[in-house]
Amino acid sequence: MEDCLAKKMEITVSEAEKRTGRNAMNIQETYTAYLIETRAVESQSEGQCGPVESLWRRYSEFELLRNYLSVTYPHIVVPPLPEKRADFVWHKLSADNMDPDFVERRRIGLENFLLRVASHPVLWQDKIFYAFLMQEGGWKEMVNETGFQLKADSRLKALNATFRVKNPDKRFTELKHYSDELQSVISHLLRVRARVADRLYGVYKVHGNYGRVFSEWSAIEKEMGDGLQSAGHHMDVYAASIDDILEEEEHYADQLKEYLFYAEALRAVCRKHELMQYDLEMAAQDLTSKKQQCEELATGTVRTFSLKGMTSKLFGQETPEQREAKIKILEEQIQEGEEQLKSKNLEGRDFVKSAWADIERFKEQKNHDLKEALISYAVMQISMCKKGIQVWTNAKECFSKM
Amino acid sequence: PKPLPSSGPKSLREMPHPLATSSSEEMGPALTPSPDLLLPRSIADKDLSLPNGTPVDTSSPASSSSLLNRLQLDDDLDVETRDLFVTVDDPKKHVCTMETYITYRVTTKTTRAEFDLPEYSVRRRYQDFDWLRNKLEESQPTHLIPPLPEKFVVKGVVDRFSEEFVETRRKALDKFLKRITDHPVLSFNEHFSIFLTAKDLNAYKKQGMALLSKMGESVKYVTGGYKLRSRPLEFAAIGDYLDTFSLKLGTIDRIAQRIIKEQLEYLVELREYGPVYSTWGGLEVELSEPLEGMSACIGNCCTALEELSEDMTEDFLPVLREYILYAESMKNVLKKRDQVQAEYEAKLEAVALKREDRPKVPTDVEKCQDRVECFNADLKADMERWQNNKRQDFRQLLMGMADKNIQYYEKVCVT
Repeated sequence: MEDCLAKKMEITVSEAEKRTGRNAMNIQETYTAYLIETRAVESQSEGQCGPVESLWRRYSEFELLRNYLSVTYPHIVVPPLPEKRADFVWHKLSADNMDPDFVERRRIGLENFLLRVASHPVLWQDKIFYAFLMQEGGWKEMVNETGFQLKADSRLKALNATFRVKNPDKRFTELKHYSDELQSVISHLLRVRARVADRLYGVYKVHGNYGRVFSEWSAIEKEMGDGLQSAGHHMDVYAASIDDILEEEEHYADQLKEYLFYAEALRAVCRKHELMQYDLEMAAQDLTSKKQQCEELATGTVRTFSLKGMTSKLFGQETPEQREAKIKILEEQIQEGEEQLKSKNLEGRDFVKSAWADIERFKEQKNHDLKEALISYAVMQISMCKKGIQVWTNAKECFSKM
Repeated sequence: PKPLPSSGPKSLREMPHPLATSSSEEMGPALTPSPDLLLPRSIADKDLSLPNGTPVDTSSPASSSSLLNRLQLDDDLDVETRDLFVTVDDPKKHVCTMETYITYRVTTKTTRAEFDLPEYSVRRRYQDFDWLRNKLEESQPTHLIPPLPEKFVVKGVVDRFSEEFVETRRKALDKFLKRITDHPVLSFNEHFSIFLTAKDLNAYKKQGMALLSKMGESVKYVTGGYKLRSRPLEFAAIGDYLDTFSLKLGTIDRIAQRIIKEQLEYLVELREYGPVYSTWGGLEVELSEPLEGMSACIGNCCTALEELSEDMTEDFLPVLREYILYAESMKNVLKKRDQVQAEYEAKLEAVALKREDRPKVPTDVEKCQDRVECFNADLKADMERWQNNKRQDFRQLLMGMADKNIQYYEKVCVT
């Protein structure tokens, strides 16, 4: 991995705290603030660490940071934030944003976000990002001063471009399809997984009833009593074990969710390309029509229907001076247009190149991460099964002593 | 009048009893053991002393006790000494104009002298088993007759001719006959022999109806009207125990059913879960293999879970239900016992009023009561033993299945 911030600095989001304060609309609200701690790491040989610096940020500030990054680096697949609201819940899990488990998982997600940005070969060098980590006061103003909001493309413009673009790079079109499908398949997966978790929870918990009945039954038995009683205890253990198991599984779900949101980031890059391409096409088209107009005026032939042509027929021809003037203006515009087109073309090509480079990097990261996630999920399942075997073997032993 | 020595509140445990050693040379069919020799015993596998430490008197030639002793050993441990083997298999569907029904083949192999041939093979339907059971109850009212699987299937829409149902029933019928076979008294019952051997059972049944008048004896036990003075403690205890026992078993049955239901719902979701990974695999290049693998694993889990649920339904639940039925019939025997005791007490009173020296009738009644007590105790203890072993058996079954399931998971996930 190339040099990046993550190598020079330890970054953690170590705590979360409930706060109350006044928001932008001056209404009292409760929110959670997160403590970001950073510590410079000296080179390995020295093994020294700098002092720990820390500051508090809330979720909306993270959002601001991300928006800034997305607009400023449209060719980069910007890491996503953890979900704003709890989604894909199964019945035991709370959908409350203030729920401690949710807050905890969000804390981990936010830390992950920062680490991803810090280890990105391009993003880590951004000054606003650095300030986010180090400078508590005045950061918001700093971000706004960059005027990034002005650079943001309007949704409408982007949508328009998506529909009208004629010649986008095929790879981006494919990528867009891919990200759509990825999003859809992961959401489906998460939904079903939540239902599976729910059902599994039910199965385990009902076994707890065995514990109670065995206990009651053992009271009336003589020789069987002890065996039943201890077996009942194991049933209780079994029923209780599901809570931890499912909590671990949430971690897997979170890993999947990250890539669900990453799909959106991918799409954003594709959209940007389409926008640029559309812009380019429009500019080229504009140039062509201006050239045509120029030619018509110069040669006096009307090749295409134009309102001008009609009105000139109706109201009389222009004077040669007027025509000269028009031609001059047009020629200037054409000149400008050609330069613009050249630079747009260049921009477009640069964009495609750098975007594609980052996309390749992203693909590798995704494959690596997801493979690891799947493996750890399988490991989790195996451990769950082993626990099950343990419990039932114990129960079996108890029964055999009956 | 003072109560006769062999009845009344004396603790069963205080009575010495002959417990033959594991060798069973003293075998020989004994149809009706004399009351003096037939004394209760406590159960402990090969443990020859009473719970209160009294050493056991092994001098008595009470052959039926030794036969009873054999009862406590598992069937397969004693194969060499058994002389009667019965199996139920080969269910067949018969379609007639009036009705459709299933018959089962009942095969008997024996070296007993009472049987003309060493082997028999007959076909019987559920009705016949029911008839047999009724006859046994009538002719051996003091004994505990093993239960039959339920006659009618009320729950749900169960196909009487479905493979699973027929198989479950066959197993239960097989168990029923095996239990009778193992019983030292019941297995020598003439109705049982006829059941095993007669080509045309219906003819015999009709004959039996004509002899209904001779059943006067059993009627005696059925007539109520006698009020029980005081139930001896042990029987009250047994009654209570049976009540609680059936209650608990009922609860377990419900829990098990609930678990199976939940497992099936879990299965439904799992079935949807697996293919999604497959779909995803189709999208990816590098990841497609692991994703497909995940999908396959989940598929295997589904299969394993299915097997588990099936096994539970087929093996675990029926045994539970059988024991509940058993408890029911035991309670009936207790009631009868109460009747007998009540009768005895009433007669005793009557005798006291008449001032007879030797009350004959009550003696008979009382002897009968003794028998009831003894058998009841024996069979109860016997049942206890069976419970232990059977319970162990089917718990092991349950665990074995859970094991299988889990090991399956393990194997599968490692891939």
